[in-house]
Amino acid sequence: MIKQVPNPLIEVHDLTVSYHTKPVLWNIDFSISKGQLVGIIGPNGAGKSTLLKSIMGLIEPQSGYVKIFDKNIDEIRDRVSYVPQRESVDWDFPASALDVVLMGRYSRKSWFKRYTKLDREIAFESLDKVNMKAFANRQISQLSGGQQQRVFLARALAQQTELYLMDEPFAGVDASTEESILQLLIKMTKEGKTILVVHHDLQTAFKYFDWMVMLNTSLIASCPSADAMTEEVIQNTYGGKLPLLSTISNLIKQKNLPIRE
Amino acid sequence: MNAFWIILTASLVSICCGILGCFLVLRKISMIGDAISHSVLPGIVIAFLISGSLSSVLVIIGASLMGLICTFLIEFFHRTVKIQSDAAIGMVFTFLFAVGVILITAYTGNIDLDVDCVLHGEIAYVPLDLAETGTFLDSFPTQPIILSILSLLILIFVFIGYKPLFLTSFDPEYAIAIGISTSLWHYLLMAAVSVTTVLSFESVGAILVVAFLIVPASTAYLLTDKLKLMILLSCVFGILSSILGYYLAAYLDGSIAGAISVMMGINFAIVFAYTKISSKKLQKIKSDPALNS
Amino acid sequence: MLETLKEFFSFTDANVTFVMIGSILIGASSAVVGCFSVLRKRALIGDVISHSVLPGICIAFLLFNSKNPFVLLGGAFLSGWLSIIWVDYIERNSNIKSDAAIGIVLSVFFGAGILILTVIQHSGNAAQSGLDHFIFGNIASMLRQDLYVLSGMSLFLLIIILLFYKPFVYISFDRNYAVSLGMPVRFYDFMLSSITVLAVTVGIQAVGVVLMSALLITPAVAARFLTSKLNYMLLIAALISSVCCIIGTFISYTAPSMPTGPWIIVVLMLLSMLAVFFSPSRGILINKWRQQKNYRKILEENVLKLLFQLCEKTGFKEQEWNISQMLDKRNMGEQQLKQTLRRLEKKGLVEKKSAEWTATVNGVIIGKRMVRLHRLWEVYLTQYLKLPSDHVHETAEAMEHILNPELEAQLETILNKPEFDPHNSKIPYQDE
Repeated sequence: MIKQVPNPLIEVHDLTVSYHTKPVLWNIDFSISKGQLVGIIGPNGAGKSTLLKSIMGLIEPQSGYVKIFDKNIDEIRDRVSYVPQRESVDWDFPASALDVVLMGRYSRKSWFKRYTKLDREIAFESLDKVNMKAFANRQISQLSGGQQQRVFLARALAQQTELYLMDEPFAGVDASTEESILQLLIKMTKEGKTILVVHHDLQTAFKYFDWMVMLNTSLIASCPSADAMTEEVIQNTYGGKLPLLSTISNLIKQKNLPIRE
Repeated sequence: MNAFWIILTASLVSICCGILGCFLVLRKISMIGDAISHSVLPGIVIAFLISGSLSSVLVIIGASLMGLICTFLIEFFHRTVKIQSDAAIGMVFTFLFAVGVILITAYTGNIDLDVDCVLHGEIAYVPLDLAETGTFLDSFPTQPIILSILSLLILIFVFIGYKPLFLTSFDPEYAIAIGISTSLWHYLLMAAVSVTTVLSFESVGAILVVAFLIVPASTAYLLTDKLKLMILLSCVFGILSSILGYYLAAYLDGSIAGAISVMMGINFAIVFAYTKISSKKLQKIKSDPALNS
Repeated sequence: MLETLKEFFSFTDANVTFVMIGSILIGASSAVVGCFSVLRKRALIGDVISHSVLPGICIAFLLFNSKNPFVLLGGAFLSGWLSIIWVDYIERNSNIKSDAAIGIVLSVFFGAGILILTVIQHSGNAAQSGLDHFIFGNIASMLRQDLYVLSGMSLFLLIIILLFYKPFVYISFDRNYAVSLGMPVRFYDFMLSSITVLAVTVGIQAVGVVLMSALLITPAVAARFLTSKLNYMLLIAALISSVCCIIGTFISYTAPSMPTGPWIIVVLMLLSMLAVFFSPSRGILINKWRQQKNYRKILEENVLKLLFQLCEKTGFKEQEWNISQMLDKRNMGEQQLKQTLRRLEKKGLVEKKSAEWTATVNGVIIGKRMVRLHRLWEVYLTQYLKLPSDHVHETAEAMEHILNPELEAQLETILNKPEFDPHNSKIPYQDE
């Protein structure tokens, strides 16, 4: 069930990505249109985060390409926000919540300048949107997991872009926070923003997202949520990897073979 | 007056190292700082053999390049050859240091640079080496002048580059995502560390400079969770240890750089014990159910 | 030079023989212990220990005013142990990360050592000369009784490792598994740490405190490149290290002013680099060469495929093709094409008739196979990965060179020997 859309905002074209020379994503090919709340769903090790990082240009693909706004990611980095996994950083770092959110106001043209008053206002606004304004001056090491997650979200909001890529933003947050984050994301998509969310919970996924990208090393589905809710799609996503692909992946890693000619 | 110049020199080394050390500690690459400080040795010796002096600009650049080569080699062994990073560090710096020691021994007649200087520097001789510029500076020793300039440069570097340094240290992946070149800032930092170790070489040697880089920064890290305060505290602890270390060395009649490192260690131990005790108190408060609701 | 070499290895000088045996044992024991540190990803722990033994040695000397090896080594052993405990303690009880903890303990202990050493030197104590040998090592000028002690300790180390080989392997590879087996893991940790400290204390006699970590790490890394079996790794590391220790000792024997340690390390590094670059299984130059070979194979297969496709187009009426016809069909460098054709000619896969090329029977088999694999993979991608048919060509171009006969058979079975590819080209099977 793979639906290609006309005039896509994101176009992932035949993307194959390796991790330590072993292919973890095979021929991923889909497109996303503007204003969607998209869930990237799949079992552990399906390559969800790898896909997000490849779209963000953090991992070099073996073959294929990604176009955002019809451009290469390096040309439009200031139009995309990225929320990494919470575990990817050391929260003992000496910084306050506001310091982290201000990072979102970093601009390549004025990297040597101090943050302006406007930057600070936007940062506070972003913290307010995730109900963290009261914690602005709190040191990040003293925040709970859910609060840290919200600080990361606020940092992305502070970037004020049209496209958001979020890696497991619901991991480790309690139910009420999850709900309030979800409402925020829905509001943002209504304003015309496009949001891609890596999510591990199939149960809630169908409720949350307009569009689903179902992954299991290869792409199983990319379509409106309602269409993805078939037994076949779910079976293919969670029912184990294609045995032939696994064998070939191992062979490629073992012999260090090139996937691209 | 001698005491003043020696303490001033040690304090200036502490300031340079204290600032850079904070970033090394936060980026979890303290041991790369260690590796750089060891591996500038062959650079210094070769440059010394060619130019015959320690303080020419050419020597500083040449020897600093060796520090950068060391980081490149470590990267190469880790990324391309796929050797685990700690082993790569251990292999590279010992090799470069060994080459340096062999060169010193082989040309022992040609240079007034001996193994003792490599180990703990000759800060005691700092006041004797007066500047020869032909200006009013001539009544001052060379080392403090050079180190003052270096401190200033490092301050400017950290002040201007504060945002990207902060970002790439905290969340390198995000930094790349918003278009900051993490490797550029990494190597700028490494270059700064290299220059600092080269210029500190005469006063504290190639090995003890590690103490100046890491110990005060870690002490400050224990005490605060604000980066700017951490940098400030790191310098303060370094200066404090320099003063106390000088008098300890004078009292025992031993190496000044060695004594300063010991004072830094004691400093760290006291702060460590203090945070340990206060965090126990904190835990007691936290575990009190009445306050925890 | 040759004379000294002869003299050195003739063993007429009894002292030389002892020094030789001593260096072999010291080198071997450090290398074997080092393998375990490297495998446990704690390579730099040796660096901490070796820097930290200096104050121990100096304090022991001050207390007993003697250079008796047992006294000095005892002091070294104690302060080495203390440093490990400190690193562990700092890591566990604060948010300081392991790299900083290592750096702190290493530099402070070493600073203390230097302070005490300089105090001793300035005190004018006549017996102190020689203490600084610990800094860069010097086997050659060592007294015979010291050598006895060191060799004895090295032997002891090797025996311990032999005895506890299995548990050490378990806790190095998968500590949690060892715990689940009910092994006394903490006891073995303690043992392993103790022998590391002991190996360092012994090894600093040869290479000194600053360079000791190399004697632990470098042979282990080199050996890892030469084998992936642990027992061989230990043997090879011991061998490499012993050889380098002998060479280093020989150098300082011929030139007594030369420090032993740095020479051992330099030789060790050079030898290890040979392993790293030229190891038949993992050497990076060998890998480069293999990639180059694989690249050529791909080129050759592509040209055979090209010839087959050209024939296929004409319904196999035309079998001979000139260079420009080939270049029209496939975008590649003219020079590259000609070189590849020449290589194929040598292998008897193509023949040249005047200016035209044709594939031999064997060449056709390969070309046909490439076309088949390419099209089968395209079918697989459209059927199993649900890719649109205009997106499958590029990957198939690469996969045709990767699929081996077993995978090919699997592919045929699961696809049920399809007749056409997604672009409606006929799939050529071998028996047709």
